[in-house]
Amino acid sequence: MSDGATRIAAAFSDSGRRAALMPYLMAGFPDIDTSVRIATAYADAGADLLELGVPFSDPLADGPVIHAAATRALESGATVHSVLEAGTRIAEQIPVVLMVYVNPILARGPERFAAELAQRGISGLIVPDLPLEESEPILAACDAHGVALVPLVAPTTPDDRMATIGRTARGFVYTVSVTGTTGERTSNQSDPATLLARVKDHSTVPVALGFGISNGAQAKAAADAGADGVIVGSRLVRAVAEAVDQGADPASAAGSVVAELADALVR
Amino acid sequence: MSAVEHRFGPYGGQYVPETLIPALVELEAAWVAAREDAGYRAELDALLNDYVGRPSPLYLASRLSEEAGHAVYLKREDLNHTGAHKINNALGQTLLAKRMGKTRIIAETGAGSHGVATATACALLGLECIVYMGTEDMRRQQPNVLRMELLGARVAPVDAGSRTLKEAVSATIRDWVSNVSDTHYVIGSCVGPAPFPALVRDLQRVIGDEARAQILEKTGRLPDRVIACVGGGSNAIGTFTGFVEDASVQLIGAEAAGEGIESGRHGAPLTVGGRGGVLHGSFSAIMQDEDGQILEAHSISAGLDYPGTGPEHAYLRDTGRAHYAGVTDGEALAAFKRLAELEGIIPALESAHAVAWVLAAGRETATEDTVDLICLSGRGDKDLAEALDKLGLTHE
Repeated sequence: MSDGATRIAAAFSDSGRRAALMPYLMAGFPDIDTSVRIATAYADAGADLLELGVPFSDPLADGPVIHAAATRALESGATVHSVLEAGTRIAEQIPVVLMVYVNPILARGPERFAAELAQRGISGLIVPDLPLEESEPILAACDAHGVALVPLVAPTTPDDRMATIGRTARGFVYTVSVTGTTGERTSNQSDPATLLARVKDHSTVPVALGFGISNGAQAKAAADAGADGVIVGSRLVRAVAEAVDQGADPASAAGSVVAELADALVR
Repeated sequence: MSAVEHRFGPYGGQYVPETLIPALVELEAAWVAAREDAGYRAELDALLNDYVGRPSPLYLASRLSEEAGHAVYLKREDLNHTGAHKINNALGQTLLAKRMGKTRIIAETGAGSHGVATATACALLGLECIVYMGTEDMRRQQPNVLRMELLGARVAPVDAGSRTLKEAVSATIRDWVSNVSDTHYVIGSCVGPAPFPALVRDLQRVIGDEARAQILEKTGRLPDRVIACVGGGSNAIGTFTGFVEDASVQLIGAEAAGEGIESGRHGAPLTVGGRGGVLHGSFSAIMQDEDGQILEAHSISAGLDYPGTGPEHAYLRDTGRAHYAGVTDGEALAAFKRLAELEGIIPALESAHAVAWVLAAGRETATEDTVDLICLSGRGDKDLAEALDKLGLTHE
């Protein structure tokens, strides 16, 4: 197992909760230094891993909350370089999985991109617009540098395809809980237990559930349905945005949401 | 191996969220079946003939030819029902969607031509239709917004980014990710993930196939140059495909140079060149910064105001089979006015870019024996307010 995959596996197995808690952070929103402070607040509040989002101009898989945060991060000057530097600082506190759209990876080249993640201590990579069909060059680069390329599966993914994805999964499988983009939803649209069972049948690595999970009850339900990890994004980005707009401290605002989620996942 | 191209050289592919992959697989299978199916083909051909008015005429523009100093033929896609080539693709895809059992149609639009064409096809076939459109384009193309609404479509305003075509495509893809089971995305150009670039080309090649037969019948020879404007590039790829095997025919794509290539405010990724990238699901020539962030395009023409282009065009450029050149806002506006004065034809601002190339760079490299064939992809009614304002011709 690669360095990155080992650190991710340990984060899942050592979490001590019903499921590992993986909050999402939009890097550079509202600015780089504040996002590093928010990451520290996540770690202090009980997060097991951190999904670090690279702001992108055209985030096709994201709903309005994360899209708006990405736009504001870019407007305030975030670059891939400054985000990766922040990743170095965050990875000293908590295992980091980078979430980035494919074009910034291609812009640097998969080889250079993966090498830089490894050098910075970033454990894994999630690319929401990189399906199996297109993943080979980036998977090879990640494997060569010990970075876990985490694949996504969706409710629309058929079983045979899930099996193929499961065979090339590194770190964990990111299970998209709903047919849609990221964003808070009042209820889990469909029963995630059936979907999670299908994914687990085809995977040897942990299975995390994300998209639409925004509160403790939903996080607990995800764990009860069999998720090894729970990913929460838009709810936290909204907490940061509201704090920024109200002149409050975004780190403590987002940290308290993470604490609530962590409480809900206590065994 | 699939019968529909996923790649054109290094370009193309399917860079989309996992949720959409099964829908793309389903679409490709449906297209492979439909294009071989005599019933589908007959239904589409009947509509193209009796409803759209195909074949569109090939017209020798005598006074334009005189001004250019050589023969210029216009392939009159502006005479199609709804006023542009977009209807060829919209009808083909909505018929396909109906065969697939989809009940809800979504589309993006820039200039409004594709939105109107899709709304028209949905009215004809009795399908629900939602068209995403940037609010800046809604302002520039108000008549088309009203047309779409009259046709029963819902126009969904997109207020992100530059509020133009790029954001409209992104919003439509997000809708598709959320409603993929009952919804078909009628993409308006030869862009997007496979199988869309090949599917749209197949539906638009009727332009080039007709034009080739028409010019042979009229003149007994092939044209020296075939010229079309390129935003996403669907009228161009449809026209070029008819001639791509004819090595003697030069293929020229006129891109939007906007305020000038050097200004950075343009929509000419093929002309500018540089590293390819992924936008809206395929790898192609795009406008991007060194981090891979997509840049905003600029063109006076909403239909060319797009920072990407179809992957097959990028391949045709790299192989040298087609040549791409920029035409500025000012040159396009002048050609818009000149074609109206010389021929009594008001072209779409998009199509005016192709006319402008023939009157400028194309004239310098022509001899009196040169024969040019321009795809006049659409008519300019939608552009009147914007163009007259820019030309300073508005009355109080």
